[in-house]
Amino acid sequence: MKYWTIVYAGLTRKKWRTVLTISSIAIAFLLFGLLRSVAVAFTEEVDLAGDDRLVVMSKLSFIEPLPFSYWQRLKSIEGVKQVAHREWFGGTYQDRSNFFPKWPVPPKEYFEVYSDLIISEKEKNDFINTRTGMVVGQRLAERFNWKIGDKIPIMGDIYPKKDGEMLWTFDLVGIFSNPDNLNDEDQAFLNYYYFDEARSFGEGTIGNFVVQVDDKSDNERIAKEIDTMFANSSDETKTGTEASFSKMFASQIGDVGFIMNSILSAVFFTILLVTGNTMSQAIRERTSELAVFKTIGYLDSTILLLVLAESAILCLLGAIIGIGLALFLFFGGGLQDSLYGFFGDIAFKPAIIGSAMLLAILTAIVSGLPPAIFAMRLKVVDALRRN
Amino acid sequence: MSETLIKVENVNKTYQRGGETLTVLDGLNLDVPNQDFLALMGPSGSGKSTLLNLMGGLDTPTSGGIGINGVQLDQMNAKQLSSWRSSNVGFIFQFYNLLPVLTADKNVELPLLLTNLSKSQRKDHVLTAMKAVGIDDRSDHKPNELSGGQQQRVAIARALVSDPDILVCDEPTGDLDRNTATEILELLKILNEDHGKTIIMVTHDPVAAESAKRVLHLDKGKLTN
Ligand SMILES: Nc1ncnc2c1ncn2[C@@H]1O[C@H](COP(=O)(O)OP(=O)(O)OP(=O)(O)O)[C@@H](O)[C@H]1O
Ligand SMILES: [Mg+2]
Repeated sequence: MKYWTIVYAGLTRKKWRTVLTISSIAIAFLLFGLLRSVAVAFTEEVDLAGDDRLVVMSKLSFIEPLPFSYWQRLKSIEGVKQVAHREWFGGTYQDRSNFFPKWPVPPKEYFEVYSDLIISEKEKNDFINTRTGMVVGQRLAERFNWKIGDKIPIMGDIYPKKDGEMLWTFDLVGIFSNPDNLNDEDQAFLNYYYFDEARSFGEGTIGNFVVQVDDKSDNERIAKEIDTMFANSSDETKTGTEASFSKMFASQIGDVGFIMNSILSAVFFTILLVTGNTMSQAIRERTSELAVFKTIGYLDSTILLLVLAESAILCLLGAIIGIGLALFLFFGGGLQDSLYGFFGDIAFKPAIIGSAMLLAILTAIVSGLPPAIFAMRLKVVDALRRN
Repeated sequence: MSETLIKVENVNKTYQRGGETLTVLDGLNLDVPNQDFLALMGPSGSGKSTLLNLMGGLDTPTSGGIGINGVQLDQMNAKQLSSWRSSNVGFIFQFYNLLPVLTADKNVELPLLLTNLSKSQRKDHVLTAMKAVGIDDRSDHKPNELSGGQQQRVAIARALVSDPDILVCDEPTGDLDRNTATEILELLKILNEDHGKTIIMVTHDPVAAESAKRVLHLDKGKLTN
């Protein structure tokens, strides 16, 4: 560590150049951190055994309804614990900007399947027993200042009532929460039985089923069994976890993972040139200093390492700043929350930090090695003559 | 004066330049006794620096022997020469060659980083060397905050700090005015007479050469008096 003086001297020789180089490396790693974390959602294999809930939807498209009769048949499958379902209601509360999902669901079964949603026994029973009942997440209730007992008017858009009326009015009977995933609290659930009876079309159909399994290691088999059960019927199904479906939607946007990796490759190629150029310049203008080191008795191998250390510090410092910034935007700046709904399981995995550091070291070596070898090979007498 | 410290025996140094062989040193012989102060003079291009570099272990002869204190430099590889230099010679250049971003004391400390000395021991040695050249009051100044003479003193302190027996100086006053040059030459004299350093100094300046105990002239690859 006593050699730090020398490395430090090299880095501070032209302070602005060092600052600018570190900044451009930092920007590259900021991009790396953000793009990689989003790309995870597109490129990672989704583990079917990752969730104890399977979603069953129409093979044609997720907006295509399924027959009500499937419900009983799904329940009868070996290894299935409970089955609920949900529907996309659409609709607007007061203003279009007040968007939140509203799902008609079977009150009893839904809260069994989604046992991670916390609701009091009384409010759940009120939901079951109130035909026009509605329960909402706590964050949603706070957003609109709703209290239990409020009447919530929703202007329908997909479903008019049988009498042609577009305005639906629901009674807020419960507020649920999920501290582990606050995004869940932005939804509202409506009593399916009232909805189904009152809607002017589509009666007796169901949007998607949500199947809760006894043992998630059975997912593969159960999913296959479900899809075979309804194969060759007029309503074929497709079964997977929520994660596998969000990945499927995401990949319909295009090969986002590939695009992102291409952008990153271009960025790092540029960074390699920038750092390589900085290092070469820094070493070449220091020829007489290098000659002094060698004259004094510094070994060629020591000189090599000192130059590499210099480029390693440039790259690692840049990487740490860039990744730090990405982490800050991701967690502190709420980027994770705002992207979550769109991309599904977007995540800043520790592996991203690991690969960033690896990339930094690689950049340091590739850009630092040519000047380091130049410095190592430099002959003292030649260098002295150049003065 | 006492026994021979440096023995240059029948040394040839040639360079290949565009198919032609340039003979710079031609069967050169030289004995430098311990505690000598030798000035090397000669026209530009006569090979003064070349000879100096050979005696300082910076370069190896094409043929011939260079023995210093019983070791043969011409038999050593680059790595061995490196470590020999670090403990046996101090170099002083015309343009001081200090690291601009480091303070004077940090510049002087550089050779000691190669030793096993502790931080406080290094500090002691640095202070001793800087006191010896009278620049200890400027230890936290950077080179660009010092005059040419002061910078050369720092460079001399750097050459002295690992307490080598030999000081090798290539035109140490070449970039200084007369008065400052005289001061630096006085300092070299003290180092030679009081500290027992053997000094070999290349110079163009006859006045500077007068500070030395002996003057040798190099011309056409040979030495003359
Ligand atoms: N690496 C080299 N390749 C080719 N020729 C060289 C090399 N080094 C030195 N020479 C030649 O050797 C000769 C002696 O050079 P040297 O530097 O020793 O001269 P000098 O006496 O120190 O001159 P000056 O007074 O100008 O410093 C010169 O002609 C020089 O061009
Ligand atoms: Mg010369």
